[in-house]
Amino acid sequence: MITTDILIIGAGPTGLFTVFEAGLLKLKCHLIDALPQPGGQCTELYPKKPIYDIPAYPEILAGDLTDKLMEQCKQFEPGFTLGERAETIEKQDDGSFIVITNKGTKHQAPIVAIAGGLGSFEPRKPLIHNITDFEDKGVEYIIKEPELYRDKKVVIAGGGDSALDWSIFLSDIAESVTLIHRRNEFRGHLDSVEKVQELKNKGKINLITPAEITAINGNGKVESVEVTKKDEEPIIVETDHFIPLFGLSPKLGPIANWGLEIEKNAIKVDNALDYQTNIPGIFAIGDVNTYPGKLKLILCGFHEATLMCQAAYKILNPGKRYVLKYTTVSGVNGFDGTRKEAPKAVVKAID
Amino acid sequence: MENPDINITIIDRDRVKHQIEAPTDMAMNLMEVVRSYELAPEGTIGICGGMAMCASCQCYVLSETELPEMQDDEEAMLSEAFNVKDNSRLGCQIQMTPEMEGLEIELAPES
Repeated sequence: MITTDILIIGAGPTGLFTVFEAGLLKLKCHLIDALPQPGGQCTELYPKKPIYDIPAYPEILAGDLTDKLMEQCKQFEPGFTLGERAETIEKQDDGSFIVITNKGTKHQAPIVAIAGGLGSFEPRKPLIHNITDFEDKGVEYIIKEPELYRDKKVVIAGGGDSALDWSIFLSDIAESVTLIHRRNEFRGHLDSVEKVQELKNKGKINLITPAEITAINGNGKVESVEVTKKDEEPIIVETDHFIPLFGLSPKLGPIANWGLEIEKNAIKVDNALDYQTNIPGIFAIGDVNTYPGKLKLILCGFHEATLMCQAAYKILNPGKRYVLKYTTVSGVNGFDGTRKEAPKAVVKAID
Repeated sequence: MENPDINITIIDRDRVKHQIEAPTDMAMNLMEVVRSYELAPEGTIGICGGMAMCASCQCYVLSETELPEMQDDEEAMLSEAFNVKDNSRLGCQIQMTPEMEGLEIELAPES
């Protein structure tokens, strides 16, 4: 069991800044995120795109913003459960919550802060009527263990970087790799496209474009797929695995069933005070929440995280006296023993 | 001053037809117009914010209205999206202009 003061669901900008604000109040944080890396949409969707409305940064790349936030909260030693989706929440008799992920990892904390953005990123599934019947029986939306494909026949569908990169990678491992895309053009890095071209010329990748998978056949597991080129009769390609790589799309997911008040695909919170949800002890901050006048901006998430941490402190330290401290005055004391502080003024007399 | 709004028709995902006025002087694109009228639930359209990176604003163009030519990133995104037809476009890539008076579109299913 992982225990902490504030359990943060979602490691995007808002979740990461929460670690810093909580740390100033000596509260420890642990973050859960369905993606394998921190940063949320910023790293998953557009790491190389600039953001222009982060205060004091006239321009910053989304990926760089994530790096800076990680650096800023580092001394508060946040824990991470990455690549796992928060699935269930249960309130305990002592008022704390136990959150279990889809992989069974258990977390316990008195405060839960949902900073889930648009939800957890789930693979986009192609519209093939029986595809769900073959999930984990030859159909995989995410490649977790490349060894699974050793000496197997593999069909990959998609036109982005992951389809290209995995086709290249698996061409060395699998018996055969067939890459199918709806167009002749791919939108990956230029060198990936060139590499696939080279492997195609060598006969190591079987490229079928423009084409689509129109059916999956098999008895209990994938045995072949039907590939249809525009204005042509479908052909059957024998295969052991079909890997559709059409990117990820965010879904609110299991959080929607946690008994929280949901409006417009977002969690209703009390914005007059502390961004608490209808369940005391559970807060929602950043893009995942809604209240009158809500704006889905990173800078608003930072503000919400800050106020939420103050409320969390009061819940965890009832009745304790507290005044807001400025980092410039008090410095920052890390949980790792480091201390940042403003240099002392030097006083020197003039002779 | 001339009215900068144009009349367009949007068929939502429940096949309900909406005749609305879309401003052309607010630097809005079609996806944002749909959102401003709340014709699709928040969180189901314009998920990536308008970067042609999610296809949640895919729509089918039903009128003969002349639209800006498709750029590479829109074409690439549509090549990976689902329910794509010959008249598919991404709403976020269509900036509203006075020439689009009479535009009629249907929102593609959520996917």
